Amino acid sequence: MANAVTRDQAGHRVIAVTGMGVITSLGVGKTDNWAKLTAGHSGIRRISRFPSDGLRTTIAGAVDAEYQDGMTPAEHTERMARLACEEAIAQSGLGTKGHFPGPLFLASPPLEIEWPARIKLAEIAAANADTRYSDLLRVAPKFGSAHGAFNCVIIGENLADNFGTEGSPISLNTACASGASAIQLGLEAIRRGECDAALALGADGSLTAESLIRFSLLSALSTQNDPPERASKPFSKNRDGFVLAEGAAAVVLEDFDHARARGARVVGILEGCGEKSDSFHRTRSSPDGKPIIACMRNALADAGVGPEDVDYINAHGTSTPENDKMEHIGVSTVFGERARAIPISSNKSMIGHTITAAGAVEAVFTLLTLEHQRIPPTINYNVADPAIPLDVVPNVARDARVNRAISNSFGFGGQNVCLVMAREPA
Amino acid sequence: MTERREVWITGVGLLTCLGEGLEATWSHLERGDPPVYDDQGFAPYIVHPLPPINLDKQIPKKSDQRQMEPWQRFGVYAAGLALSDAGIVGNAELLDRTDMIIAAGGGERDVEADSAILTGLRKAANPGAFLNERLMSDLRPTLFLAQLPNLLAGNISIVHGVLGSSRTFLGEEAAGLDAVRIAQARIAAGQSELTLVGGAYNGTRWDVLLMFELSAAPLKDKFAPVWDRGPHGGIALAGMGAFVVLESSAHARARGAGPYARISCICSDRNLRREGEIEATLRRQWTTIAAKIDRAHVAIISGAAGLEPATAAELRVLKEIGLPVRNTGTYIGHGVDTQFVANLGIACAALEHGKLFAPTGTGDLGESPPALSQIIVTNVGNWRGEGLALIERVD
Repeated sequence: MANAVTRDQAGHRVIAVTGMGVITSLGVGKTDNWAKLTAGHSGIRRISRFPSDGLRTTIAGAVDAEYQDGMTPAEHTERMARLACEEAIAQSGLGTKGHFPGPLFLASPPLEIEWPARIKLAEIAAANADTRYSDLLRVAPKFGSAHGAFNCVIIGENLADNFGTEGSPISLNTACASGASAIQLGLEAIRRGECDAALALGADGSLTAESLIRFSLLSALSTQNDPPERASKPFSKNRDGFVLAEGAAAVVLEDFDHARARGARVVGILEGCGEKSDSFHRTRSSPDGKPIIACMRNALADAGVGPEDVDYINAHGTSTPENDKMEHIGVSTVFGERARAIPISSNKSMIGHTITAAGAVEAVFTLLTLEHQRIPPTINYNVADPAIPLDVVPNVARDARVNRAISNSFGFGGQNVCLVMAREPA
Repeated sequence: MTERREVWITGVGLLTCLGEGLEATWSHLERGDPPVYDDQGFAPYIVHPLPPINLDKQIPKKSDQRQMEPWQRFGVYAAGLALSDAGIVGNAELLDRTDMIIAAGGGERDVEADSAILTGLRKAANPGAFLNERLMSDLRPTLFLAQLPNLLAGNISIVHGVLGSSRTFLGEEAAGLDAVRIAQARIAAGQSELTLVGGAYNGTRWDVLLMFELSAAPLKDKFAPVWDRGPHGGIALAGMGAFVVLESSAHARARGAGPYARISCICSDRNLRREGEIEATLRRQWTTIAAKIDRAHVAIISGAAGLEPATAAELRVLKEIGLPVRNTGTYIGHGVDTQFVANLGIACAALEHGKLFAPTGTGDLGESPPALSQIIVTNVGNWRGEGLALIERVD
């Protein structure tokens, strides 16, 4: 019955979400996260993983529950990615143990040799005078590291082994938009008819002194360290930067008819994605907001819906002065008069900015918002910014009728992605 | 499956140790001139540095040049060459909807800063505090931006105005092949009309040599062709930038752009690299491609990098296939994520000239077929990933 394919308004195959998994500084799994997210809890704490002497920022949304001493960022990221995938695949009931019937799209942080390994090599080298890279190279063959410990594809390869996904696993990075890009690649593959399902996820466990300092040197991080849970305050007038965080989230994307045919519960519909690159600056958005506006409009057009059809906006909402200002410009342009009436909230107020994972984590939270008909708040909203007159769902979760939502992700380097999600059609 | 559209390569931008532009690399290969490499600068390691390039030609603003580290400059430069070759440079309307898929690994480190910190740490009373203090004072913010893989794409958007969708695939050889595979599939399915695909690599760095020394075998001491590097083999890392412009044939025709070639088939897969698995995957991929070729006019361009057992395994299968083979790595070195796209570019030149280049090393097999019209490009990763791609002349 070739004619029986369910298509959306734009003629695409309909993409269902049949499984979700998430882990953040709030907890492990959907239930724990959702309870804390809607209770307005913060996962931001003082950093204990490494010494914070001399740092301007000493707080983070670390996932310490799944961290063990000595883990590399690759190992920690992979650990969280596995948990998120296990939860998502279990919910979907798709495939069999060790065989997921579709490709893998993983948003992964870039990996490299970290300071503990570099320091260990320097100790083995025991150079008499200055320690040079040539000294490290001299002893490297004795170091005996297994291949891939610092290699950007290791996590994707290990996940592909573990879950038995099909074909060449795709590891990708579009900075803060990465998680959304992974979901977009999965949607496109199913729409092309290459597969009936895809496993898309974002994971980031790369909190180290150096990663924190790098963002700190770009003046991107909040320095209001005390109390930690109050630092991330998106859309507030006194916002002063984001809080670096870790997390992972996975979704099982599946052709709607395929999901229905096997009797799977559809937890939501991924209606469309939009993208638009920004050529203004390496870390700043174009001041006219055009790329952000085009990104949201592309997403709505891809989904075949209009601004009037959107009931909730899951904001990028980083809590940097720049991002939140630009997001307001974008939202108010795309949604016009309605902008003030549409609830828009930032999960980052509670979990911080999970960077590579953010797009996927926030897509899962958006789907949970649709499922539970309850909007998580933007916490720490005590000083309104008159320049951002939006309904940010301040401080307290709200029950609401939410049939369709968008989730924004805007990355350093100018990569912007917007996802459109809806409840399962009745 | 929806109806598939034909996908053409309408632009190539190549920067290798043999020179700037596709023709410079091709003419060196065609003449069979000796490989160009450096065995002094990073002794005992052997690398293939890029010749000096006049950045101003593709990156006019010095402020942009300063915001990048070498690998990003190579990439932005090569991307400009490809856009120019495709005839879309400066065409704001087209560039605004040109998509981009980049294959890139992590960026570059400040080797001097790392060395100074490691030296200082040995005497530091409080190593954690010392590390923080020095990183706060020694790391340059621009260096961080150069370390982000997606900032190559970001810089291409800024410098050349490529403003459609933008994805960056991470890591190693398979990423380059998968970037082309997905770009091709998107165009074939109508998800894109025009996509810039490629990457850049700077292998002339101590920090990447360390990464490879910890995980593979960088070529040391004595240069040899890729096929003849001994039982453990060796990889000669390179400076490289390589981009292609992929386009739907209808879109190219409408704007009067001609193709180098059509992409007819791309196979990409992986295995755990147990004994015989590389061969099994390549043989399976070959059965997909074999049905599409004309044995009288087809040849293979191998992306083998010289690391064992991958290179020997690939050669075993190539010998079974029995077509003429040429490897490029002996000449241009290994550009990791960038290698496949560079080889795709060289394959375009071979199709344009209707012949293969001169053989070098014991794995370069057979004579160039007459009126070469199809090329299979291989892509066997050093650690993971096997792939074959078929491109052919459009007559």
